[in-house]
Order: sequence, then structure tokens, then C-alpha cells
Amino acid sequence: MLASTQIPDEASVLVQAREGDVKAFSELVRRYEGKIFRLAMHITQNREDAEDVLQETFLKAYEHLDQFQGNSKFYTWIVRIAVNQALMKLRKRKTDKTVSMDETIDTGEDTMAREIAAWDENPEQRYSREEMNQILSSAVESLAPPYRSVFVLRDIDDLSTEETAEALNLSVPAVKSRLLRARLQLRDKLTRFFKRKGEDAFAYM
Amino acid sequence: MLTCKEFLQELTDYLDENVDAEIRSKLEQHITECPNCWVVCDTTKKTIRIYKGMEPYPIPSDVEARLMAALEKKMALK
Repeated sequence: MLASTQIPDEASVLVQAREGDVKAFSELVRRYEGKIFRLAMHITQNREDAEDVLQETFLKAYEHLDQFQGNSKFYTWIVRIAVNQALMKLRKRKTDKTVSMDETIDTGEDTMAREIAAWDENPEQRYSREEMNQILSSAVESLAPPYRSVFVLRDIDDLSTEETAEALNLSVPAVKSRLLRARLQLRDKLTRFFKRKGEDAFAYM
Repeated sequence: MLTCKEFLQELTDYLDENVDAEIRSKLEQHITECPNCWVVCDTTKKTIRIYKGMEPYPIPSDVEARLMAALEKKMALK
């Protein structure tokens, strides 16, 4: 999904941007603004906050471009900035502790499926594209922030487990356990929409 | 024989094809014997597939315009 295979390649654009080439930096912004905005929307769930996060992310990236080491992907680096900005927004908005990325995760009972029902082979065909986007987005939004960020980066943005860990400043095992929880919770939520109808629901038995 | 709980703990690595052959065969053995875990595995796989195929929504043009304006202002200062 990353645009690194496109022409011109990211490494050379980065070199130019670091030398102060304004056009090169704008090219990087255009490459990733959509993903950063989507990530910010997923975390803040608020368009105004997401827009602030988007601007702050790229302004900070521009300001601190000389600190980008180049041993990780540029996208992973800006994701880390964006996640921090987004979590600060959440903390400002709410005063509870549920937004901490360090929240301890117990792998207790709610990992277990509440409803076991088989789905159609291609359940998404039952809904229009708009309906699907609505269903998928609201399911993601209902996840707690620590799970949501991991899921969005890992399964929607297609970052590797290691890149996700780096972007969120988490350990690899923490990413894995949050990803498992997120995937199972989403599976549970989507079952309501995608399960086979009527008698077919138990056709696997 | 794995328990369902043990199966679930390995599920993410299994779906990401990140388990060694020995664990893989234990997991696959488990889902042939446990219909519930088969369903959970199959529907979780579909969940991931559906999200990966989610259409990226384009950034709203007014949001992009304001971003570019903010950047230009910043760049002019440097």
C-alpha cells in the first residue's frame, strides 16, 4: 500500500525534502495526507480534531525533518507523530484514563466470542459500498483507543507488526495481544450483519 | 489437543501465517474437531479481508486546502 514503488521513489524525494526542497516535501504530504487523516479520524472520531492532528503532524514533520533517521519508513515516523497528537487531543477532550496507550490489557473473558455463527462466503456483497463503509467504520469506532490504533495501522494501513510497534511505541507482544482483541471484537460486532440467514446459520455443524 | 483458549491465543499469528509447522498442525487439528473455533477462525479471517479491502476515502478538498495553506505559511517562515 505504501507509495514507495511509485516514481519518483521515496528515498530521493526525502533527500530533496531534507535539503529544503519545498516541492519535495509537498509531494510527501500528498502521498500520506489521506492515510494520516483517516488514522486521525479513527482515533479522535471528530473531524475538527482530525484536521488539527493532520496539520500538526505535517507541520511538526517539516520542522523536525532533520531528526528523521531514515532507518525506519517515513510513514512510520509520521504515524508516530500523528498518534501522539491524536492522543493528546483525546486527553484534552476527556479527562478519563481510557485514552492511555499504556493502559493495561487483561486478556479476560471478553476475548471470547459472544455469538458463534457462520457467515456467508462474501457477506459484504449483501450491502452497498456506502452501507459497508458505515458498518465497518462504526465497528472500528466502537473499539477502545488502544485497540483501535493497533487495528487501523496493522489491518487497514497494512503496516507490519514491527512497524506498528514502532509507530505506537509498544512492544511487539503488546501489539499482538491488542490486535487479537481488536480482531475478535470486530468479528463479534460484524457477526450481527454478516451471519448466514435462517437455517443456514448452523450449516457448519 | 489444544484448548479453545490456547487456540485463540495463537489465532492472530496463525492468520498472519506466523507460526511454525508444529503449532500450525495443532491449530488445524483443533479446528477440524471444534466447530466453534472453526467459525471464529473463518469469520475473523473474513473480518480482516473485508477491512483490508475497505475503500480509502479521499481527503476532503477543504481539509487539504487548509493543510497546504498552513504548510506554505510555515515554509515561508523558514
